[in-house]
Amino acid sequence: MRIPVARLARGSRHSTFLPGHPIYRALQPQRWASSLSQKPGSAGVRFPGAVDSKFTNAMQFELPATYPAIPTYRALSPDGDIIDSSFTPPPDSLALSMYENMLSISIMDIIMFDAQRQGRLSFYMTSQGEEGTCVGSASALTKEDVIFCQYREAGVFAQRGYTFDDFMSQLFANKKDAGKGRNMPVHYGSSALNIHTISSPLATQIPQAAGAAYALKMQRLTDPNTPLRIVACYFGEGAASEGDFHAALNIAATRSCPVVFICRNNGYAISTPTLEQYRGDGIASRGTGYGIDTIRVDGNDILAVREVTKKAREMALQDGGRPVLIEAMSYRISHHSTSDDSFAYRAKVEVEDWKRRDNPITRLRKYLEKKDLWSDEKEAEARGRLRKECLKAFAQAEKEKKPPLRTMFEDVYEEMTPEIKAQMKQLKEVIDRYPDEYDVSEFEGGKDTLSS
Amino acid sequence: MSRLLRPASRLVSSSIARPAARNAFQSFPRVPAIVQSRGYAKESGVKEYTVRDALNEALAEELELNPKVFILGEEVAQYNGAYKVTKGLLDRFGDKRVIDTPITESGFCGLAVGAALAGLHPVCEFMTFNFAMQAIDQIVNSAAKTHYMSGGIQPCNITFRGPNGFASGVAAQHSQDYSAWYGSIPGLKVVTPWSAEDAKGLLKAAIRDPNPVCVLENELLYGQSFPMSEAAQKDDFVIPFGKAKIERAGKDLTIVTLSRCVGQSLVAAEALKKKYGVEVEVINLRSIKPLDVEAIVKSVKKTHRLLAVESGFPAFGVGAELLALTMEYAFDYLDAPAQRITGAEVPTPYALKLEQMSFPDETLIENYAKKMLRL
Ligand SMILES: Cc1ncc(C[n+]2csc(CCOP(=O)(O)OP(=O)(O)O)c2C)c(N)n1
Ligand SMILES: [Mg+2]
Repeated sequence: MRIPVARLARGSRHSTFLPGHPIYRALQPQRWASSLSQKPGSAGVRFPGAVDSKFTNAMQFELPATYPAIPTYRALSPDGDIIDSSFTPPPDSLALSMYENMLSISIMDIIMFDAQRQGRLSFYMTSQGEEGTCVGSASALTKEDVIFCQYREAGVFAQRGYTFDDFMSQLFANKKDAGKGRNMPVHYGSSALNIHTISSPLATQIPQAAGAAYALKMQRLTDPNTPLRIVACYFGEGAASEGDFHAALNIAATRSCPVVFICRNNGYAISTPTLEQYRGDGIASRGTGYGIDTIRVDGNDILAVREVTKKAREMALQDGGRPVLIEAMSYRISHHSTSDDSFAYRAKVEVEDWKRRDNPITRLRKYLEKKDLWSDEKEAEARGRLRKECLKAFAQAEKEKKPPLRTMFEDVYEEMTPEIKAQMKQLKEVIDRYPDEYDVSEFEGGKDTLSS
Repeated sequence: MSRLLRPASRLVSSSIARPAARNAFQSFPRVPAIVQSRGYAKESGVKEYTVRDALNEALAEELELNPKVFILGEEVAQYNGAYKVTKGLLDRFGDKRVIDTPITESGFCGLAVGAALAGLHPVCEFMTFNFAMQAIDQIVNSAAKTHYMSGGIQPCNITFRGPNGFASGVAAQHSQDYSAWYGSIPGLKVVTPWSAEDAKGLLKAAIRDPNPVCVLENELLYGQSFPMSEAAQKDDFVIPFGKAKIERAGKDLTIVTLSRCVGQSLVAAEALKKKYGVEVEVINLRSIKPLDVEAIVKSVKKTHRLLAVESGFPAFGVGAELLALTMEYAFDYLDAPAQRITGAEVPTPYALKLEQMSFPDETLIENYAKKMLRL
């Protein structure tokens, strides 16, 4: 590590990177091993790789199966009661808006799932059962925090202010889609909301999140006026089997990156149940192995999720930054995607049971009702209103123009190469020559966007 | 991927008229019967097989014949495979031979390579070769090299298989052709089946071959039906590597192609014959490593023109290799520069029409050939 930094310092025009500067110090790992000496006969082990271990003459293997499972934190009982009176619930207005956001997502999911079935949309993924994990955690983050998602986190987007319009524009790949129609549906992204665009290959976002957190930390060190920020990174328990997950946790821990890893453990990865995905105590048990502070939380309890995320964010920013792992437990009520029929690999009653037994939306609703903040009338009103808003955005997005033709030629090279320019010109000429053959009116700006 | 990323349909609701939706398995013009049944018409016992069924049969036969063979991958057992290629195999052979894995390509691929180094004959399925990127070190640095690096004492009899190439509406990250990637690695063998016979014969040969073999299948072909000769229906049917197949003989132009483009080239050849009376020879490479240079040279000696057709990216691709080899070994027989048709040099678009335009189709091949033949 030292060598590249020294080179950076010498090679850099920024004298700020010289030794003594906080960045320089931040980049220097503390080197314990070399300064430790071990007295003969001491009780502890001073191996460089395990400095606090005690010698023992009892040969005892660690048997994870005998460890108690990491507990699952909850704040709200399934009946909607605050379990511990010392718990400070969020302000009522926030609780209400979180409730509405969960409702919005679940209503949008129903509408879009059906729309896909009708062939109006090529593909969709719902997040039924996981609204609490997403909305709750996002409610504890700041606008400046940076987010990486997997694909089942519509609630995170909604909570951060992604509107029905935004969702629909991406789903219908119209001119307002930030991704310019280049991605499959549900691959949302928003630079305004600091959410990186969702990427299809699983788990790649996890080490990237560590890197983004490292960048935030460095920015803060060079300019203490930048706000304190963390990265929140979402992924499924299935994706956590990828090597990228393990690489990410280790690099985030060793580089002290201010990142909160949020695992949505929903019991399934397509058809693979968690029993076949791993043998340890969920994903949480892995965090401690990497020296990462970790908590498991009831994902159906939105208040608990919010609380642990709030705390995790704080911890991630302490002492110059460090990673924290949250494992939020829930159940994937939905099929994996519109291309999946999950009843081929799980019993319908299992799903129905979960739906009935516990659900983040009903749990918060009970809480709100007990506080007299919610009622059947309000529920009916909100559902009707959100449904209408969603359908309106749907209809508009469907009619909206497609991205400009010019975007076909953009974003591989910063500046168009002469070849690309020539191709664009040629396309324009063809359209000019055969106006009856090419109706380009559905594209924003028509053929004019092809003029260089 | 079919269930997770595959748009079930691509109907677009806009009022503007659009071509009918593509569907995962029947999206492209099927090879006309006239082309398909060439040479088989009079044979008795010929049966129609989909490529999927041919692959399934190959796997079942090899599992049956050799206890060292086993299959592993994401969703291959319980769910019968993301594309149903492994359908019924768990029920028939049990969970010691057909194994579901966690979502860890480098993990299960590494495990398979290790099992091969220890003497088993694993068949490692990737949901798509796009996801094999997570495991490419195991394929390229371990499977391909260990026999050589160990001084020849450590064979690695392993088969990597799964759909390769673009599919239909799954965007850039799921739409790549890795033929050139694996084809460039000394120590690997690489096959690219087109028809049901190819699929069965090449997969069986791959499983039996003592070397690491990549079987690059094509999702868009899985549902396509082809006639399967009686010989190919037997459990001893294998296709030797490094032997191309002349799918259609001709004297005016040689088209050298692979995988799905074989069918497209045959359609183009038929159209060229009908419209212009020219005879185009279509060579199905079947395996790209080893590559049947001899068949190409022999054909060029006859036709004096060569067109390579593939659906990978143009740069450093299979087409580039074919042209270079033609230059090196058949330059003196060429009447015109050899040409290539490839996928476009763009990250594969999600938009249906753009995706279609990013890859060769029958008309493009026809027009290209027409130009080369000055018709
Ligand atoms: C590298 C890679 N391998 C496989 C896939 C196919 N795939 C897409 S989603 C998925 C399941 C992921 O499960 P999980 O992480 O638990 O998330 P969930 O769907 O439960 O939200 C799989 C296997 C992929 N997209 N990328
Ligand atoms: Mg999951």
